[in-house]
Amino acid sequence: MTKQVVTANRLDDGLAVFYKADDSWHSSIDQASQVDVGPEAEALLAQASDEKNQLCVVGPYLIDIDKEGAHATPVRYREMIRTLGPSVRPDLGYQAK
Amino acid sequence: MYKYDDYDQQLVDERVEQFREQVKRRLSGELSEEEFRPLRLMNGVYLQLHAYMLRVAIPYGTISTAQMRQFAYIARTYDKGYGHFTTRQNIQFNWPKLVDIPDILKDLSKVQMHAIQTSGNCIRNTTADQYAGASFDELEDPRPWCEIIRQWSTMHPEFTYLPRKFKMAVTGSPSDRAAVAIHDIGLRIRRDDQGELGFEVMVGGGLGRTPMIGKTICEFLPKEDLLSYLEAILRVYNQFGRRDNKYKARIKILVHEIGADTFADLVEKEWGHIRDSALQLPQNEIDAIKAHFTPPPFEVLPSLSSVFSDKVATDQGFAYWVKNNVREHKQQGYAIANISLKPVGGIPGDISHTQMDALADLADQYSFGEIRSTHEQNLVLAHVKRDDLYALWQKLDAYDLATPNSGLVTDLIACPGLDYCALANSRSIPLAQRISNRFGELDRQHDIGKIQIKISGCINACTHHHVGHIGILGVDKKGQEFYQITLGGRADEQAKIGKIVGAGFSTDEVVDAVETLIDTYLDLRDNKEETFLDAFNRVGEQPFKEALYGAR
Repeated sequence: MTKQVVTANRLDDGLAVFYKADDSWHSSIDQASQVDVGPEAEALLAQASDEKNQLCVVGPYLIDIDKEGAHATPVRYREMIRTLGPSVRPDLGYQAK
Repeated sequence: MYKYDDYDQQLVDERVEQFREQVKRRLSGELSEEEFRPLRLMNGVYLQLHAYMLRVAIPYGTISTAQMRQFAYIARTYDKGYGHFTTRQNIQFNWPKLVDIPDILKDLSKVQMHAIQTSGNCIRNTTADQYAGASFDELEDPRPWCEIIRQWSTMHPEFTYLPRKFKMAVTGSPSDRAAVAIHDIGLRIRRDDQGELGFEVMVGGGLGRTPMIGKTICEFLPKEDLLSYLEAILRVYNQFGRRDNKYKARIKILVHEIGADTFADLVEKEWGHIRDSALQLPQNEIDAIKAHFTPPPFEVLPSLSSVFSDKVATDQGFAYWVKNNVREHKQQGYAIANISLKPVGGIPGDISHTQMDALADLADQYSFGEIRSTHEQNLVLAHVKRDDLYALWQKLDAYDLATPNSGLVTDLIACPGLDYCALANSRSIPLAQRISNRFGELDRQHDIGKIQIKISGCINACTHHHVGHIGILGVDKKGQEFYQITLGGRADEQAKIGKIVGAGFSTDEVVDAVETLIDTYLDLRDNKEETFLDAFNRVGEQPFKEALYGAR
């Protein structure tokens, strides 16, 4: 079954972040909780979108990922770029670290 | 250039403090994102893929050196050391933190700049010919009229919530470098039969999903009636423009659906009510604005400069730059220098903070302390003595700002695309870089001659790909980047929407496809003087289509 993670942009600096079920946001997608598409994913999104999280992030949404385990890879190229940074500036974004 | 009066400064300062409070209230939870979003957009703050993006307005593309240095300061203090010039003559910063933006806006206000009218469904920052006040073919400097439009439109209470965004452009020359025909309103300064100067008014131009060339609804508008006529257009649009469908809300759809003649009749009727109102421009007010745009103190110089001629004859690199980037100036002994922000293989429109500072110094030294931005993502020093061109070129070269490709195939326009933009479907910049590298060799560029390639990463068409000689639109096809090609468009005084040539190309195929088009042109052109566009117009799309798809 396809797995999903919740992503958003952090409110204060706008950076792409990924949600872990212990109610924390992380800059690496590998830290995010991976859940099954359907009720489990919807529940995680609801948790990530609650009132408290509205003060931490903007616009949480679910994205499909390709792999389970240590390294999650977004299915869509758009989301891949968000996890790394601009493909034309490898010195910028998360990929630079 | 225009200097703020006390009212301008107070308005901008108050707006900064208002936004500072709005940010505080968002961070504390007093404002929800839904409530805050329209407020931040009204201050030029977008949320993109990686971070917030701040778009700063550059009224009619004129920048003082103090303002350019402030951009450099902002880039290195709050951002990642660079900025990006857009196709609307503005500048964007790609990485500001929301918590810093009130301070950035405060720093901008110190040099009479802001980010108002760079987003939202209002009248956006008005654009103009980048050679304003310098071009030999100019009838009149369009910038005083842009400034009058700015003062009228900024925070206009009636037009803050239009059906959609609204863009205007003004040209004072018969050669249209401001692409006025693809704006919601395009103004072209012209003469009537009596020799008086006034405006031809075009309305309903625009690109995006439904590309349209503007229709002339007034052949000659007396200058003093400019604001009342514009207000009448905006009122008709505000009343009848569609608000039920975002994709049909631009004025071009209204003009198309009811017809330009009917639209013009509605405007005329509305205009009748307000023509003689306070909107009529008194001559002393026009003169007061014009006084901000008087020509700089040009020296009386001979038409021929032996210093210049000698350097052209002895330095091939300089000669190429002059041939491609230097344009004739209306003042004898002076020239217009185009500063390319398109190094071969580089990112179109990007500029580092060190380049900004260097350019500010050069503008102070050689061009009366003023810089222009262009809708083609380049910069211009508009008033350079011919005698100074060689020294300027050498110093530009030291900062990688002397690429001699103005108007050539590597001077291509590309939006940020999927590398930055939340709306994009595909990447634009890597494709621009690959095309630039493929054709980067200067002799080859000279052989190909004048050509405009414009690449958009989505149908919103920020780079105006529909009016590129070769337009490229990136689309998402089952999760893969795909590129659709249009041919034969143009954005000048003979503006025309290009036609889609056929099925799209994959990322791997598209650069070869562009090369096929250009090789086809080189094979069929009548002579070296016949440009790509002239050849296309002579032979039509068929030879190009056959070259692209014949084997398929």
